[in-house]
Amino acid sequence: MNRYLLPLALFVVLVLLLAVGLGIDPKLVPSPLIDKPLPVFNLPKLKVPDDSVKSSDFLGDVVLLNVWASWCVACRAEHPLLVELSKNSEMLIYGVNYKDTRADALQWLQRFGDPYRASAFDQHGLTGIDLGVYGVPETYIMDRAGIIRYKHIGPITREVLDNTILPLIEKLKASST
Amino acid sequence: MIPELGQFALILALCMAIILSIFSIAGAARNNTDWMSLAVPLARTQFLCLVIAFAVLVYAFITNDFSVTYVANNSNTLLPLQYRISAVWGAHEGSLLLWALILGIWMFAVTLFSGGLPEEFVARVLGVMGLISIGFLLFLLLTSNPFERILMAPAEGADLNPLLQDFGLIIHPPMLYFGYVGFSVAFSFAIAAMLGGQTDTSWARWARPWTIISWVFLTLGIALGSWWAYYELGWGGWWFWDPVENASFMPWLAGTALIHSLAATEKRDIFKNWTILLAICVFSLSLLGTFLVRSGVLTSVHAFASDPTRGVFILIFLGVVVGGSLLLYAIRAPALTSTGKFSFISRDTFLLINSVLLVVVMLTILLGTLYPLIIEAMGLGKLSVGAPYFNAVFVPLMIPVAIALGFGIFTHWRKDQWSRIWAKTRMAAIASVVVGGLMAIMLVDSAVLKTAVGVSVALWIFITNIISLFARRKSLTLGFCGMSCAHIGLGITIIGITISSNHSQEVHKRMGPGDRVDVAGHTFELAKISQIPGPNYQATEAIINVYRNGEIITTLRSQKRIYFARGNPMTEAGIDAGLTRDIYVSLGEPLEGNDWSLRFYYKPFVRWIWLGALFMGLGGILAASDKRFRLKRTKKSAIIVDEDAALSTA
Repeated sequence: MNRYLLPLALFVVLVLLLAVGLGIDPKLVPSPLIDKPLPVFNLPKLKVPDDSVKSSDFLGDVVLLNVWASWCVACRAEHPLLVELSKNSEMLIYGVNYKDTRADALQWLQRFGDPYRASAFDQHGLTGIDLGVYGVPETYIMDRAGIIRYKHIGPITREVLDNTILPLIEKLKASST
Repeated sequence: MIPELGQFALILALCMAIILSIFSIAGAARNNTDWMSLAVPLARTQFLCLVIAFAVLVYAFITNDFSVTYVANNSNTLLPLQYRISAVWGAHEGSLLLWALILGIWMFAVTLFSGGLPEEFVARVLGVMGLISIGFLLFLLLTSNPFERILMAPAEGADLNPLLQDFGLIIHPPMLYFGYVGFSVAFSFAIAAMLGGQTDTSWARWARPWTIISWVFLTLGIALGSWWAYYELGWGGWWFWDPVENASFMPWLAGTALIHSLAATEKRDIFKNWTILLAICVFSLSLLGTFLVRSGVLTSVHAFASDPTRGVFILIFLGVVVGGSLLLYAIRAPALTSTGKFSFISRDTFLLINSVLLVVVMLTILLGTLYPLIIEAMGLGKLSVGAPYFNAVFVPLMIPVAIALGFGIFTHWRKDQWSRIWAKTRMAAIASVVVGGLMAIMLVDSAVLKTAVGVSVALWIFITNIISLFARRKSLTLGFCGMSCAHIGLGITIIGITISSNHSQEVHKRMGPGDRVDVAGHTFELAKISQIPGPNYQATEAIINVYRNGEIITTLRSQKRIYFARGNPMTEAGIDAGLTRDIYVSLGEPLEGNDWSLRFYYKPFVRWIWLGALFMGLGGILAASDKRFRLKRTKKSAIIVDEDAALSTA
C-alpha cells in the first residue's frame, strides 16, 4: 500500500507549503536600499518652486520620508496618521510628491492637511526610480547619518505605526547622539 | 428585498447540496433505493436555486442596485448593458457564484444524460458533486457573499475594471469555468467507481465524453484568454506564463493526459490506477488554480485587498477534497489490477509515454509557479520565475510529445513491430524534416534552427494524421476524425507559436502627425490624432495608414482611453488581422508637443495559435459525439453500447 500513499504525501507537503505561503505578507518586499545611504537628490519644493529639498537636508536628524501623490487613493487612507504624527510629536516628516501636478498636489494638501516639513516635487518620478519606488505610498526612515533603516510599502496602518515605526524612531533617536 | 431573495436561494442550494450528498452516498452504501432516488430531484432543485440566485445578481446589475456592495464596487450607470451583465462575474464574489452555478449546470447535465447508468453509480456521482457544491456554497456565504448590502447606498458605482470591459472577457471566464468545473464530473466518476469498489473499466467509458467536453471548454477558454491578452493589453504578447495563466494551463495539460489515458483504460484494461490518479489530479489542479487566483497567495504586491480568510478557507477545502480522494485512492488502488498486457512496441506504450510526459510538463510548470513561494517560505528572499524558465523547460518536453504522437497513431494496440510502424511513417518523417529544414533555411534569416524544428514537428503531425485518416477512409468514425482534427490543431498552434515567437518585428517610436516609419516591409504613417468621447470614457485616437510598396493597404485605429469612474488608462490596439500575418499598432504615452509614443508590430502567423485551438475544440466535439459513447436505456438500466461502433474504433 505504501506506494499508493505517495500522491497523498506529496499533496500534504504542497498544502503545508501553501499554508506557510498564506501567512506571508506580500507587501513585505526587502529593499536593496536598507542599511544603505539615501540616494542623493535635489528637487524643487512643492510649495516654493524656487527653493529646493536635498537629501543632504536630512543629515543629523532621524527623518521619515513619505512618497505620496494626489492621484493615489491609498495615500488618502494613511494621510490622517501622518497628520496626527506631525501634530503630536517632534518627528521630522518630509514628503516626495510623486508623478503629480503641482496644482493637484497643493489642493490635496489644503484639503487633507499638510504633515510635511516640506515636500519634494518629483514630477517625472526620476527620484522615485532611484529610491526604488514601485507603488505609492511608500515610507522610508533614515537615521542621523542618512542611512535608510526601514521601508514600508503601501499605506501605513495604525498597527504598523505603533508597533514598528514609532519604536524604531525612538531607538534611532536614542542610539545616535 | 430582491437581493435577499438571492441570498435565500443560495442558502437553499446549500441545504439541497447537504441533503443530496448525505442521502445519495449513504443510500448507495446501504443499497437503499429510496434514498438513492432522491439524488436526481435534489440535484435539479439545487440547480434551480443557483439559477435563481444568479438571476437575482444579474437583475441587481441591470437595475444598478448600488445598495448591493458587490454591484456598487463593480458597476456604474454609464456602463453599457452587456458589460453590466458581464460585470456579474467581473470580480471575486460574482465569479465564485458563476463557479457554483456552472457546477449546478454540470450536475443537471449528469441527471439528464446518465439515465442508462446504474442507479447507485449516478447517486454516488451526484453525491460527490454535492459535496463539492457544499464547499463552494459555504465559501460564498461565509467569506464572499455577493448579496451583501451597504447601509448607505452610493448614488454611483465604482465601475467595472476597464480591462474587463471587452467582448473577450464576457465569454472567457464562463468558458474557462465550464472547463474547470466540468472536470469535476470525471473526478466524481472516478471517486464513485472507487467508493463502489468497481474494478472494471466501465466508469472510464462513461467518463470519456464528459472529460472531452470539459477539455474543449478549457481549450477554448484558454485560447480566448490568450487572444484577449493579445489585443487588449496593448503590447502584442499572447502568453505571459503568469500564475493565473498557469493555473488554467496545468489542468489543461493534465486533462489532455487524462483523455488519452481514459481511452487506453477503457479499451485495453490498462493504467487503471494511473487514470484514476489523473482524474483526481485534473480536478485538484482546477481547485488549486482557484486557490492561487482567489487567495492572493501569488498575486502581485498591488493587490492590497486580498483577504487571508478566503485563502485559509479554500486551502482547507482543497485539503479535504483532494486529501480525502487521495486517501481513498491509497486504500482502493491496490485492488485495482490492470489485466491488459502489452509489449514495449505498442500503442499502449506510446499513450503511456504521452501522458507521463504531459504530467511531467505540468509538474515543471507547477514547480515554476510555486517556486517563488517555496523560496519565500524557506526565508530565502523574494524572486520571480518568468518566461525564460518556462520556455526553457516547456519546449524541449513538448517536442517528444509531438514525435510520439505521430508514431502512436500508426501503432497497434497491445503488440506491434517496429519495422511495420517505421515502414508506414518513414516517408512522413523524412518529408517533414526535409521540408521543415528547407523552409527554415530558405525563408528566414534568423533563428533558423528553432524554426526548422518547430515547422518539422508541426509537419510531422500534419502528415502522419492525414495519412492515417486516408488509410482509414473506409471505416472512419467520428471519434477518429475528432482525434485527427485535434492533433492537426496542435500542429497549427505549433506553427503559430514557432513563427510568431521567432520572426515578429517591433518598432517603438516617437511620432507626430505626418511622421512615417518602416517595419517589416510596411510603411506606417501617423495620419491624425483626435479626441473621441465614449460612453464611460474619453479616448484619444490615432489613425495610422499602412502602406506596402507605396500603396495603402489598410487604415488602423488605436485608442488610449481614460475611464471616468476610476481614471485609469487603457489601450485599444489597432490590428489588421490576416492568416499569414497581423499588423498591430498601439498608442503609447503622450510626449511633448503633439508627439506620442507608438508601438508597431509585425507578427507573422500569430493567428494560427488560436486557429489551432479552434481545431482542437472542434476535434473534441467530434470525438465526444461518437455514437459509441451513447448510452442505450434498457429496462434493467444495464449498459449496452453499440457493439459495431465499439469495434470499429477499437
